[in-house]
Amino acid sequence: MFLINCPFCGEREQSEFKAGGEAHIIRPKQPSELSDDQWAEYLFMRKNIKGVQFERWNHIHGCRKWFNIVRDTSNDEIKAVYKMGEKPPVG
Amino acid sequence: MTKNLRVKTSKFIDETYRISFKFNGKLYYGFKGDTLASALLANNVHLVGRSFKYHRPRGIMTAGSEEPNAIVQLHNNTSRTEPNVRATEIEIYEGLEASSQNCWPSVSFDIGGINNILSPLLPAGFYYKTFMWPASFWEKYEYFIRKSAGLGKSPTVPDPDIYEHRYIHCDVLVIGAGISGIMAAKTAAKNGLRTLLIEEKSYLGGSTIYQNSDHFKINNQTSGSWLEKEINEIKKIKNLEIKTRTSVAAYHGYNFLLARENLTDHLPIEKKENKTRHRLLKIRAKKVITATGSLERPLIFDNNDRPGILLSSAIKKYADLFGVSCGEKNIFFTNNDSAYETAISLIQKGINVKAIIDNREEIESKLIYEVEKNNVEVYKGYTVTNTFGYRRINKISIMQLSKDGQKVIGSKKELSCDCLGISGGWTPAVHLFTQSGGKLKFREEDQVFIPNTYSSDQLSVGACNGDFTIDLILSNVTKSLKHFFNLKHIEYENTEVLSSFNKSKRNIWLLPSDKILGKTKSFVDYQNDATAKDIKLALREGFKSIEHVKRYTTTGMGTDQGKLGNMHALGIISETAEAKMGELGTTTFRPPYTPLTFGTLVGRNVGEYFDIFRKTPIHEWHVENNAEFENVGQWKRAWYYPKNNEDMHQAVQRESKAARESVGILDASTLGKIDIQGTDASEFLNRVYTNAWSKLNIGKCRYGLMLNEDGMVYDDGVTTRLGENHYIMTTTTGGAANVLSKLEDYLQTEWPELDVYLTSVTDHFATVSVCGPNSKKIITNVIPDLDLSDKSFPHMSFKNAKIGNIHCRVMRISFTGEHSYEINVQANYGRSVWEKCMEAGKDFNITPYGTETMHLLRAEKGFIIVGQDTDATMTPIDLQMDWIVSKKKYDFIGKRSLYRSDTMREDRKQLVGLLTENPNEVLEEGAQIVADINKSPIEMLGHVTSSYFSPNLNKSIALGVVRGGKNMMGKKLIIPMEKKKINVIVTDPVFLDKENKRLNA
Repeated sequence: MFLINCPFCGEREQSEFKAGGEAHIIRPKQPSELSDDQWAEYLFMRKNIKGVQFERWNHIHGCRKWFNIVRDTSNDEIKAVYKMGEKPPVG
Repeated sequence: MTKNLRVKTSKFIDETYRISFKFNGKLYYGFKGDTLASALLANNVHLVGRSFKYHRPRGIMTAGSEEPNAIVQLHNNTSRTEPNVRATEIEIYEGLEASSQNCWPSVSFDIGGINNILSPLLPAGFYYKTFMWPASFWEKYEYFIRKSAGLGKSPTVPDPDIYEHRYIHCDVLVIGAGISGIMAAKTAAKNGLRTLLIEEKSYLGGSTIYQNSDHFKINNQTSGSWLEKEINEIKKIKNLEIKTRTSVAAYHGYNFLLARENLTDHLPIEKKENKTRHRLLKIRAKKVITATGSLERPLIFDNNDRPGILLSSAIKKYADLFGVSCGEKNIFFTNNDSAYETAISLIQKGINVKAIIDNREEIESKLIYEVEKNNVEVYKGYTVTNTFGYRRINKISIMQLSKDGQKVIGSKKELSCDCLGISGGWTPAVHLFTQSGGKLKFREEDQVFIPNTYSSDQLSVGACNGDFTIDLILSNVTKSLKHFFNLKHIEYENTEVLSSFNKSKRNIWLLPSDKILGKTKSFVDYQNDATAKDIKLALREGFKSIEHVKRYTTTGMGTDQGKLGNMHALGIISETAEAKMGELGTTTFRPPYTPLTFGTLVGRNVGEYFDIFRKTPIHEWHVENNAEFENVGQWKRAWYYPKNNEDMHQAVQRESKAARESVGILDASTLGKIDIQGTDASEFLNRVYTNAWSKLNIGKCRYGLMLNEDGMVYDDGVTTRLGENHYIMTTTTGGAANVLSKLEDYLQTEWPELDVYLTSVTDHFATVSVCGPNSKKIITNVIPDLDLSDKSFPHMSFKNAKIGNIHCRVMRISFTGEHSYEINVQANYGRSVWEKCMEAGKDFNITPYGTETMHLLRAEKGFIIVGQDTDATMTPIDLQMDWIVSKKKYDFIGKRSLYRSDTMREDRKQLVGLLTENPNEVLEEGAQIVADINKSPIEMLGHVTSSYFSPNLNKSIALGVVRGGKNMMGKKLIIPMEKKKINVIVTDPVFLDKENKRLNA
């Protein structure tokens, strides 16, 4: 059970949040122009890293805002939290 | 037989408070402060149970939560019965009744003991190897195997006790109140930190508190009396909370821990009533200090499991803390100085110690010297090769060890005894540390795993960190606390410590014998009867990973999770496989550290509080009118309303007919309702639904289908345009929360530029749906001012109206194919509007109907239910709903996926209607659909998704998904059932009123 520092509400229990998978996968602006393979890349392909991963989370039982976190999946350490639309921290 | 072995009054035992209890039906006495184990030992009872596999007699072996053998059933055949209780942990109380487990007819004569004689036939993996073929015979074996297996009996009636959960937040949590834990808690609290100290026992001070020897002194006092003063001091500190009888079960990431606080298990039965029995503490600590101590290791030799063989430290505790002698002719077998500590303790109390077998050669220490001074024979460089005595040890044989410790040499000696204390050194209790994600390292010099790197803000101190003697504890705990709390000064810095303990140890994982290994029973895991021989067998059969060996031999898989023997299993594997211990690693230590009852985990969430449920504002009316309910998501929905002992089928047939022939009324309040506002609301709907929304006029309603990005149907419902920039969307009952989340996700992450605001208003409105040819008459009566003419208020439109002073939204929409209206009012007026409609419908036989009738009526019309006729593999095209998918719109969620090669396949499963050849035969939902029953294997084409007997069509109707079904109209297919096959014809899914005449009737 992590503690997640919601950028809008502050530190809260993990049970207030919902994980939303890998971050920074942008929905294509013109899906009809993509080949099946390109669309499949967007739709299905996700990394599953043991180590530092960029993730989407939603404060579903709180402010209901989506945001991103940088988490080390090997030890659950959360290295950074940042709002949607903000640039991910480097490194 | 009953003898009193109480040797000395202990200050921890109240001998003025006598307690009677029963063990295996026989009455015994003990004193307040006794555990069941100490009280039994005081009555000279060693034999308490039978082992799991071989049914060998077993006795009390330890004095703590690591006990593998002495596990008993409490209060058999009562509501408070509990299996697998460790006799070493349960405190006796007036009226306690305990009995042995895993034996029949009695613990001293157990028929299962035959397994011990047959044991050469029962090696590791015996059950896997023997009963796996022929596979069809398993059912026959299973009955007998299950009957003879198992530990204890689970209760058969509801638990009368109360359990609860509590959250605790603290600055520092200290686990374990031994000497190190007391030092840590005092240091934390004295520095102003909010501190919680947790101890699994009923008393504080661990094993130091009863240390009363001149060989171990702190500041010139015995370590026990020094610690007692420390304890008296910490009890006065205000910001220090102490919880005894509380054991930490789990240590999760981010310093989140679960502990069980035991509140009534030690109380007499009548005092347990109406009190909370256990409290599950959910602790979030800024810092955690584990001071969980260490567990003494047994030694692995032939027949090391007889009653009367105990850990040396347990014998010391029984003597020092409980004033109980475990035997009158005591022998110790050791590889380190600990057994001498116990021997000295016994000698001081006048208990006979006959001999000490020490596998170390040429060893000297003050403790050994003192023991020898008291005429105890010490056999240096010897090992025990065998033990004798069936229900209690009565003799051991010993031989000299070779220099390398691999063989025995010389002649065999026999020594008689009634108690053998064994000591194989100490294993740090690192279970919680590793649960938290901490990594261990292996210390070669004394062959122990100790904490290496921490995963959170925590510290391990004392014996669990590998410091087993008070001199090391005082100096190392002082140093690490100073560093951990970043202190300039700490009070323990100038403490004087005296310890006479010689730290040398001769570690031999599996002691040699004059017999070949195959002829010995050297138990590694006592509870699961796994022997050294079994582990070697597993390695010979090719198992290499410690995790695999564990599962094959079941070593470490008992309720004690191998607290005693796991290290030896590792050691034996390491020696046999010639791998380094540090590289082998350990098996995973999983929570809980000690078993928890289900009651503790569930807490107050039992009975009606088991799960949250939601009721509509009209719920009580349904209850008063005899409705049966079904669960839809968290909602309780009226399912059907049986009248005059009708069964469900009869009620549904009556309700369905009434709705088609006159008028029916349904509580539709549970449908999800999302209020959508903003200048981009229309554009937003265009993007989330498959059909076009820009041209929907104000006051009109439209059905919409929502897909996932993969093109599969996600939800459906009617959305109404209330104003230029204002819509109300309805969703399925079960899908409401997920739809809102999905819409918010797109708005916040993909389309933040859209000006749209979403509000869930599901609970704010009650929805009364009135349907049937007479529905118009009801609405006219209830809302006389409303113009219901088809011209003014056509199908799929909406009007604001008033019932008296109550504002309501009326939609003319239909899920049944009948002319129907939905009245939405502020939730608290729901019941009154419902009752007004009932009153108005009196002369028209207005009939309340539930979800089952609703499902039947919509199936007659071929309307889908998302989640029943669809799963996550159905596109709108598969559902034959091409009409709702806009080809003109540039994009919507899921559009691109409808053009993937896979979603465009002609032979996908498609929704069709199914009519049985025999119109009275109703199909089973979920039944498989095939074309050719003679083909092998039979090719499954699909399955039945919805099936009913339609009273309005007077025949059975069904919907199903069939591979390539769209092109099978009129084709005959087969539904094979267990005892028959049913012929069906594939049809259009719309069974009734294809022309939609009834909507405007």
